[in-house]
Amino acid sequence: MMIKKDQLQTTDEIFETRRGFLKKLWIGLGIVALLEIAGTIAAYLWPGNRKADAEPVGRIITAGPADDFEKDSVTAFRRGQFYLVRLADGGFMALSRKCTHLGCTVPWVASEKKFICPCHSSVFDVSGAVVQSPAPRPLDMFAVMIENGIVKVGTGKKTKRSGFDSSQVVYL
Amino acid sequence: MATTPPKIKKKSFIYHIHPPVIPENTLKFTHTWGFGGSALVLVLMQIVTGTLLLFSYSPTPEAAYPSIMTLQQVILFGRLIRNLHHWGGHFLVLIVFFHMLRVFFTGAYNSRRKVNWWIGLGLFLCVLTANFTGYLLPLDQLSYWAITICTGMFDYIPLIGTGIQKIILGGTEIGKATLSNFFAIHVALVPACLTILMPFHFWQIRKAKGVIYPGPVDTPGGNEISKVPSVPHLVTREAAMALAVIAAVFLFSVLFNAPLADSANPGLSPNPTRAPWYFSGLQELLQHFHPSVAVFVIPFVIVCGLICLPYLNFDKEVGGVWFLSQAGRKIGIISAVTAFVLAPVMIVLDEFLFKTIKILPDWPPVVTSGLIPVALIMGFVFGFYQIVKQKYGASREEGMQAVFILLLVSFIVLTVTGIWFRGPGMSLVWPWDRLTTQIAWVK
Repeated sequence: MMIKKDQLQTTDEIFETRRGFLKKLWIGLGIVALLEIAGTIAAYLWPGNRKADAEPVGRIITAGPADDFEKDSVTAFRRGQFYLVRLADGGFMALSRKCTHLGCTVPWVASEKKFICPCHSSVFDVSGAVVQSPAPRPLDMFAVMIENGIVKVGTGKKTKRSGFDSSQVVYL
Repeated sequence: MATTPPKIKKKSFIYHIHPPVIPENTLKFTHTWGFGGSALVLVLMQIVTGTLLLFSYSPTPEAAYPSIMTLQQVILFGRLIRNLHHWGGHFLVLIVFFHMLRVFFTGAYNSRRKVNWWIGLGLFLCVLTANFTGYLLPLDQLSYWAITICTGMFDYIPLIGTGIQKIILGGTEIGKATLSNFFAIHVALVPACLTILMPFHFWQIRKAKGVIYPGPVDTPGGNEISKVPSVPHLVTREAAMALAVIAAVFLFSVLFNAPLADSANPGLSPNPTRAPWYFSGLQELLQHFHPSVAVFVIPFVIVCGLICLPYLNFDKEVGGVWFLSQAGRKIGIISAVTAFVLAPVMIVLDEFLFKTIKILPDWPPVVTSGLIPVALIMGFVFGFYQIVKQKYGASREEGMQAVFILLLVSFIVLTVTGIWFRGPGMSLVWPWDRLTTQIAWVK
């Protein structure tokens, strides 16, 4: 008569395997519990999930009628933390005021017609392109929209770029 | 004195942390310089003064700066408490750093002290984190911009950098969430970690049978370690050191006020903007190397080196002797002098020559200010190691120590340059010229 392998086990052996299985189950459940706790903490701490930021995402700032901005001029918008630049050819750009090197606020130096960072002396031209390092890339951009002659800037998303090209400029 | 260990009658939990008897030879002041004990005293002082500060500080962007002003101008002894906490924190970074150097140069990181070396690294990280997070809390111009540029450095760590930066800041720039994060880390997370790690650190010293014995135990005359009871021999020394440290911090706090600039203004970066002094070496590296090298490659290599240190397979059991040997000292001095001369020369050359004269063709900056300088430095360090080994017959330990000293002194030169030799626009200036411009905007 054929005897199945597990029938040969003594009661002790059965308990042993059962105990081993339960032990593994406990360890497995423990790991799952730890992962859950870690996940909960991570989700709780994840930026943006907690206190609502002062600046809602996707906010659009109305800068004003396009004709109000002279050609070859730079206007600071403190509220949206950007510069609205009108190039000499009449095109618009919205540049972040944050230096791409380490995040200092870059003032527009009108006398030199350049953005000069006070922290590590990076220099950017009117289009935000790097004139002098250490800044690794041009000033970041915000989207400019012109509707019925009114200039609007979307401050929700910053666009990083590696260099200046004419497609970044918005015309009337 | 007594050659047999004195009998200690009482049993006490404290003996797990603090020894009842200790080898007489380890009592000598210049063997440990009391750095570890001083660090403990400073941590305890930080807990006391920090708790006092908690009663008057408000961790919100609107109220933080005014609460510091009230603390300093209205509350009796408020300024003193803040000064004690401020200077105590800076002293702590310095003392922990010295402690680490002492441990390194007496070779107290091998075999059974391996784990304690890592705990020590963890404690150093805690102290740096505490200092860094505390730096933001007054929310004045100094702290706002120092934290801005330090967190800006994270952006250059490949792949995970931007994510880390976002988590630390709780957004894209310093705001309400950042202050909450820093405050929570400063007053809860770091103290909790210190509370767990410090007793562990002390217990590990007990497990390793006390601080490292001066000189190999198996040398003639070293077999019989003469032991003395801790009370009074060790305890009086510890008390004296503790009182000296407390006195020093108090004296410093009475003489010098902790800096407080104008309230933070996100629209106006001061010129120049400086990182906290312990990160100014890093900031100085940023002046010379591509950011990914300065804030990622070099720190990564240093941290890996420190973690792997106990795994260096030494030819013989070393430890307890300052700078390994007589030859080790001589080679050490040569490395220190080399770095002390070369590092400033390189800084000045890079500042005035390489920036104006184009030596390399128009390759991407990652190559010209990243790969090529790193390759040159690695070549130099390797060459230096070989020269030291062949010309001065240095053993492997002595050679490694020479390289360590070379890098250490270079880093100190970079830090000193960053603290005292950088003026407006981060240009190189003499410290006495710089002082006048700084007074102009720090009240």
